[in-house]
Amino acid sequence: MSASDRDAPGVAAPRPSMRLPEAGLALAGAAALVLAAWAVPWLKFVLTIALAKGVAVLGILLLLRAGQVSFGHSMFLAVGAYTVAFLAPAVPEALLLLPLGALLGGLLGLVIGLFIVRYRDIFFSMLNLALSMVLYSLLEKLYDLTKGTDGIRVSALTFAGAVPDRETQEWVMFGLALALALGFGLLVRAYLASPMGRALAGIKTRETRLEFMGVSARRVLLFAYVFSAVMGGAAGTLVAMTTRHVTPQLAYWTSSGELVFIAILGGAGSALGPFLGATAFELVRVYAAAAVADAWQMILGGVLLLVILFAPGGLWGMLTSRLRGRA
Amino acid sequence: MPHAVSRRAALLGAAATSGSLLFAGGNAGAQQKPSELRVGITTFLSGPASVFGVPARQAADLLFEEINRAGGIGGIPVRPFYVDEGPGTDHLVGEYRRLVQNEGVHIIFASISSGSCLACTPLSDEMRKTTLLWDCGTQRIFEEGKHPYAFRTQGYGTPEILAPLLYLLKTKPDFRTLAVINQDYAWGRDSWELWKAGMDALKPGVRVVAELFPRFNSTDFSTEITRMLALRPDVILSTSWGGELVTLIRQASERRLLDRSTFVLPVAEASLQQLGRAMPQGHVIGARGDHWNNHPKPKDPARFQRFVDSYRQRHNEYPIYPCHHMAQAIAAMQAGFARAIEAKGGGWPNDQELANAFRGLTFDSPTSTITLREDGQGLEDQIVGLSSFTDRFPFAVPKDMVIFPAAMVSTPVGQKSVDWLKTLKPDMLAQVPAPIAG
Repeated sequence: MSASDRDAPGVAAPRPSMRLPEAGLALAGAAALVLAAWAVPWLKFVLTIALAKGVAVLGILLLLRAGQVSFGHSMFLAVGAYTVAFLAPAVPEALLLLPLGALLGGLLGLVIGLFIVRYRDIFFSMLNLALSMVLYSLLEKLYDLTKGTDGIRVSALTFAGAVPDRETQEWVMFGLALALALGFGLLVRAYLASPMGRALAGIKTRETRLEFMGVSARRVLLFAYVFSAVMGGAAGTLVAMTTRHVTPQLAYWTSSGELVFIAILGGAGSALGPFLGATAFELVRVYAAAAVADAWQMILGGVLLLVILFAPGGLWGMLTSRLRGRA
Repeated sequence: MPHAVSRRAALLGAAATSGSLLFAGGNAGAQQKPSELRVGITTFLSGPASVFGVPARQAADLLFEEINRAGGIGGIPVRPFYVDEGPGTDHLVGEYRRLVQNEGVHIIFASISSGSCLACTPLSDEMRKTTLLWDCGTQRIFEEGKHPYAFRTQGYGTPEILAPLLYLLKTKPDFRTLAVINQDYAWGRDSWELWKAGMDALKPGVRVVAELFPRFNSTDFSTEITRMLALRPDVILSTSWGGELVTLIRQASERRLLDRSTFVLPVAEASLQQLGRAMPQGHVIGARGDHWNNHPKPKDPARFQRFVDSYRQRHNEYPIYPCHHMAQAIAAMQAGFARAIEAKGGGWPNDQELANAFRGLTFDSPTSTITLREDGQGLEDQIVGLSSFTDRFPFAVPKDMVIFPAAMVSTPVGQKSVDWLKTLKPDMLAQVPAPIAG
């Protein structure tokens, strides 16, 4: 088990000996995103979605630290998104819906987490996958409630009581996503540095050691699972408020796979990895789709293969090794 | 280290700047006559629905080449920008924005999937971009809201279901039991709701012996077929399409189900070429419109034949209904631009003037004439018939065709389809035109 873990792509833990100016990189990245969104208006939408997915992938990263891969994580995204879709006609306030979506995501995470943290590895992955497909089927089959695969149009939203025009609203959503990304990024960083966060690595290497030290591995994993579900829920509300149309596709296993893909692409070494991965993923996808509408999947797959083969630490790993090389 | 950071920022900045230049270039010519007419087209290029999306794209390429050879539209060439619907809604709404804000398209043809249309149409309101809904069938679009920039250049779910229902009631009026096998997704559910509402109003008392919704993209229907064989319904309805319909018919005909029950297949046309001689005769088949290859009296036979022939020549198969829907959208675009340019005395229309030109527009499709109603819905006639074989085609085509005038089978403006269908009276059957042998 340990051998395969060492070689698993994207899960290389950071070497604590080298401290990198993550804060500086994060700010530079944020500035670059704002600049890109300002210079190319249509990218604002793409980058907002990328940041939202980055937030969800932060949750995947937490579980990766414990050596667990969730192939059903997008169910929390869907919970957040459908919270917005269902409640927006009654409660159009985005600043209320956002925490509500995160809360509901977290609650579902708690209920599922209570039994799923008993499982590890393939069983953990598959159970997550199974539960997300249950949610997908419900969303698809409760036709009178959810409008099935056609999905629900999210009605008009207010932001702190105001109804901004389209241009302003796009900026508000982008700002909201960026703020949440930075906030959750800081939170995850602090959490990973805390004893609870360090214990996650213990689950990955050898769980019995944790138990000998008197730390409950299940509780450690449960906390991480619920935290990741909260982030999934928050990301889902962002996606719903940005695209303004939710479909069961959000809970489908391919969407979960996409999140894992992004985690691997970005690298699990830092809280910045998911955002690096998500931005790269979305940009590659839109530019590939724009250049060759027929074969964009092949390009996306090619990029992932290249990353797995030549940069197992993901984009973050590539970046840090370059920075170290110069330092 | 700061050196590396600035390099990354510089790279992004460079990308951003080049993007913004592109953007500026795209938008500059909006009011004056541009150098090319840019058309954004969303269609399925991947996934199961690419059986519709790819032929439609081929038809579009063919017709655009023809238009450009003849001097373009308003004197400028047409250039299509294709977008794949396959990856889902959140990707598609991003692509719609890209088409408008980055590529600077003048008009958009949106979507095969109803979900895509439901997501794109409100965007057309927000971005004020004229959007032709070229293939999606959901009745929800114009019945649940007003969309001043969206126009559907073809029929939709209600006429596409009501026409086969009327045909069945006319040709086989004494059936007593019915079963349904539809795909388990929005269209499968919607179409059954429409059918049920219409059937209960026009012929009350039909017993529905089974409502089966096998999983979307199923490849095995043995359970459903076994149940049908046991239940022996007089009529079996299925609005399935594409590869799934081919599989269903093959498996059902192997077990002689089509000998016992009459099938009603409103979306059969696109699958008949694949089925070839395997399609049994005497079942009710529809085409989501009036564009059968053996159309008894196309409005412009030469144009219809030219379109079919040039498509066949290039792709070695007959065009299916999405090709015709694409041709209709392109015909509407030509007529709409001509009308807008004329209204402006030869000037190039802006977005608002272009949208105004489409309201109430009448244009010729190869087979007929289509009018866009005041709510944006197009009125496309429906032809339904019984599957049969002739010497002309190596696959089934309809005989005893009935041409249903669009106005007769479409929900009136401002009403909801299911409510309207419930108000239908059996004497409507007297208005059904006489069948044409074909």
